Amino acid sequence: MEYKIADYKTDVHNDWCAGCGDFGILNSIQMALFELEILPHKAAIFSGIGCSGKTPHFINTFGIHTLHGRVLPFAQGAKLSNPKLKIIAVGGDGDGLGIGSGHFVNAGRRNIDLTYIIFNNGVYGLTKGQASPTLKLGMKTKSLPQPNVNESINPIALACISGFTFIARGYSYDVRHLKEVIKKGIMHKGLSFIDVLQPCPTYNDINTKEWYQGFTTEENNPKIRIPKMYKMEDEGFNGNVNDQNEASVKIMNAIEKSKEWENRIPVGVFYENNLVPTFEERLQSRIENYDEYPPAVQKIMDNEGYPNINVDGLVDNLKIKSSP
Amino acid sequence: MLISRESISWVIGGPQGSGVDSASHIFLKSIAMSGMNVFGRREYHSNIKGEHSYFSVRFSKDILRSHVDKVDILTTFDSESIVRHSPFLVDGGVLIYDPDILTKKIEEIHTLDMSSEYRLRRILLEKKKNYDFQGLLEELRQRNVTLVELPYFQLIKEFSEQIKDNSLSKLARITNVMSLAASLAVLRFDTALMKHAIQETFINKPKISEINVEAALYTYEYIERNFKNIPERYSNFLKREKVTAKHVILAQGNQTSPLGKIVAGCRFQTYYPITPATDDSEYLESNQILKQKDNINGSVVVIQTEDEIAAITMAIGAALTGVRSCTTTSGPGFSLMAEALGWAGINEVPLLVSLYQRAGPSTGLPTRQEQGDLLFAIHAGHGEFPKIVYASGDIEESFYDTIRAFNYAEIFQTPVIHLLDKYLANSIITCSPFDYKTKKILRGKFTDKTKVQNNDKSEIYKRFKLGDEPVSPRAPLGMEDKIYWNTGDEHDEFGHITEDPITRMRMMEKRLSKLDYIQKVIPLEEQISIDFENDIKSDMKKLLVIMSWGSTKGAILDSLEDLVSEIHDVQFLFIQLKLLNPFPGKLLQEIINNKIDQIRKKSKSFLEKDVIYVTVEMNFLSQLDILIKQNTVIKSKFKILKYNGRPMSHTEIHDSLINILNNNSKDRVILTNGV
Ligand SMILES: Cc1ncc(C[n+]2csc(CCOP(=O)(O)OP(=O)(O)O)c2C)c(N)n1
Ligand SMILES: [Mg+2]
Repeated sequence: MEYKIADYKTDVHNDWCAGCGDFGILNSIQMALFELEILPHKAAIFSGIGCSGKTPHFINTFGIHTLHGRVLPFAQGAKLSNPKLKIIAVGGDGDGLGIGSGHFVNAGRRNIDLTYIIFNNGVYGLTKGQASPTLKLGMKTKSLPQPNVNESINPIALACISGFTFIARGYSYDVRHLKEVIKKGIMHKGLSFIDVLQPCPTYNDINTKEWYQGFTTEENNPKIRIPKMYKMEDEGFNGNVNDQNEASVKIMNAIEKSKEWENRIPVGVFYENNLVPTFEERLQSRIENYDEYPPAVQKIMDNEGYPNINVDGLVDNLKIKSSP
Repeated sequence: MLISRESISWVIGGPQGSGVDSASHIFLKSIAMSGMNVFGRREYHSNIKGEHSYFSVRFSKDILRSHVDKVDILTTFDSESIVRHSPFLVDGGVLIYDPDILTKKIEEIHTLDMSSEYRLRRILLEKKKNYDFQGLLEELRQRNVTLVELPYFQLIKEFSEQIKDNSLSKLARITNVMSLAASLAVLRFDTALMKHAIQETFINKPKISEINVEAALYTYEYIERNFKNIPERYSNFLKREKVTAKHVILAQGNQTSPLGKIVAGCRFQTYYPITPATDDSEYLESNQILKQKDNINGSVVVIQTEDEIAAITMAIGAALTGVRSCTTTSGPGFSLMAEALGWAGINEVPLLVSLYQRAGPSTGLPTRQEQGDLLFAIHAGHGEFPKIVYASGDIEESFYDTIRAFNYAEIFQTPVIHLLDKYLANSIITCSPFDYKTKKILRGKFTDKTKVQNNDKSEIYKRFKLGDEPVSPRAPLGMEDKIYWNTGDEHDEFGHITEDPITRMRMMEKRLSKLDYIQKVIPLEEQISIDFENDIKSDMKKLLVIMSWGSTKGAILDSLEDLVSEIHDVQFLFIQLKLLNPFPGKLLQEIINNKIDQIRKKSKSFLEKDVIYVTVEMNFLSQLDILIKQNTVIKSKFKILKYNGRPMSHTEIHDSLINILNNNSKDRVILTNGV
């Protein structure tokens, strides 16, 4: 059967605000799945809670809209019991870096083969604009009664030190680029993280579309205007690890790069390492047939409905053997 | 106290990390090998090294299901164990101890708790003895306790000379095997069996095995030679009881439930470390590769997560792929799981939570017994959703119940909380090998593979299809043509978010009608188990109805077996509630009414008021009683309760029931025993 991009869409009414950056991300995910020819039933989109959390309902794949902050463990559980599934986890910046930050860090330690996309809008959208963990210190969006008193988290740097093996950033209004980044993330073997800069037209009047798409002037020649946002690969940045020995240098480079903000905002791939064994591979080394016979496909009963298992050995271990 | 069955109770105590566990294990094994039934129980502090721990073993020709408070043989290698446990030695019992302790002061035992100190002070004061070890031993001597001195240090020295190995520090580790051999010598136990038990224990360490066997034999002989006046009751017990070796297993609660999971087809389990639940996951992980009947290797994936929220949500994620999935925890972890439980409820996900209770609130007594989480388990999670709460009464049951619990989860597509506890997890019994091959796996409704033809919208899969039955066919993630959605928000038939009032009502009704459905479908004997009733005779004066849930079963059953032979004008009915939510109130009422009717047929004068209701449970608020009052018209007068962190003993229940029958009891009977 031929698939069309429309096959990746549902007819569920989308209730995001007009001009919301989430639309661009939604389109990019749908296009990425379509272009990678991942059949709808072979993919599952997991999400957290927030405006961003509604994403799965608009995509025609399995869609699991979970709890606030818990999207990663839900997604990891599904992936580990059925590694054949293509799994994308999505959620807000509050979801992933506030309430869910413990899972973010620990997912990095596992390196399970899935793709995690954070819709980074600097605010808690669905609860009406409170400061999210990525909002900079001292910023006062129109939705805040007082300027933000917390320092912000740098999601790229956090992903770097947590062990994510593909780390990238996209911009929700550059769908063409974002789609490519997401495709790379999906293709990557291991845990991918994509930080998507997503203007929230309703609550975040600081990091707006205009702000992101604005210009800075060249130091020596104020007449030359340079777009703030730029693609790292265009400037020769290469986060690819070809040899495990260079991994730490590449991580440091990525962290350094991720500090650029205000005048220069890099997008693209910060870091990619295909040499780290995935969790699935680690399991495989203990369970020889894990790959072809993972938990989800195991036959647990025979045709009559009796347990398809022989635990005589285990019961025997408990037996009292009174003669030597 | 009047416990009629012939049993011996043995206790070994010592600081944590000193080998109490391995000594007790060998002891248990040896005794079981001789054909005796055993009941063993481990008590320990939330501590790694130094605090007091002990193991008690009770054995008999008859089946045993609980411990007693009195100790027949107390084996020690430190002074604290003597202070804590010797007050419980029966008159004429045996104390095995290191004479070195005589140089120690009781005041210098820093880990001694207040209860033990007061107890000993009171006894010694009453008996006009000094508060020191001299006084303690004198008091024991007066009670005809045989004092078996075991000079560990000296014996080790002599032993090392004999085997020409003088690394004393290495040999110091054999004190535990010496104490065990001394105990077996007191029982004049078959040395060949003892040797065999030690070898079995150290099967992979032949060198250590050999030295332990030698040390054991050396000690055994020393005791035999030097202590010829061991009371007959002990030295002749095994001979007198004349048991023959049986076909039994030694089962521990933290092995039986995970073994049940393997049989049931659980292939994914998550956990965050917590006593007493962790052992369950460790057992699974240690036995990760499974032998299937069709000769393919199966496997269980066991994941240690970053916290209990991740544990439950990961297990739910796995369950969505169609695997039987479980998470295992105790109170503090379960508290963290409440939100996710509701998610599984609204999305109708089959999930098993093994909840090994321990004493709360908060971290409470992390390694001690309590049944304080019943109402919490029932109510955990906000909003209303159907949830099955199912409790196991003993170690053997916990194996079979685990298989049932998975069946329930899938048949009803809803979370099941399997209540277990510390007492079950850390106790050990002899029982028949599990008959698992005849147990059925019931997976409930899965959607078939029909495909949508010609884009026919009406054929599109609806995960939450509304119909006559509360359960709609499920599909694992990844199944072709069966795409669906889940959300923690209220959903429509496809699983999409809705706030439509009518859909909301329908979905609430779909889910919550499962509560009635569950009671209709689960076989009655799985809901409530009548664990004891005696033959109905004429002229019965009273009917004693005992209602309990969970691990108090053993002590109740042991007590009732004694009581029927002691008391002849009382009918006994012991009801164990296994299904606690939805609560089978009507069934409970029927069981009791039937019983009353039967008695009336034989004893015309028997009246409603001749029924005495007693609930038994390990908590303060009498949680089961609250449920009974909510769901029936039964008003139990008596509640036997305990909340000191130590499990109810056979002794305590027996005595409490006697007092109740003799009109000599308060309504709230608070049990206090236990070290
Ligand atoms: C446990 C819990 N606490 C609080 C909430 C309320 N809540 C809903 S969405 C949200 C914040 C969403 O912000 P973010 O994750 O950044 O997503 P966005 O809406 O911006 O996409 C909060 C706090 C909740 N649903 N669950
Ligand atoms: Mg946000």
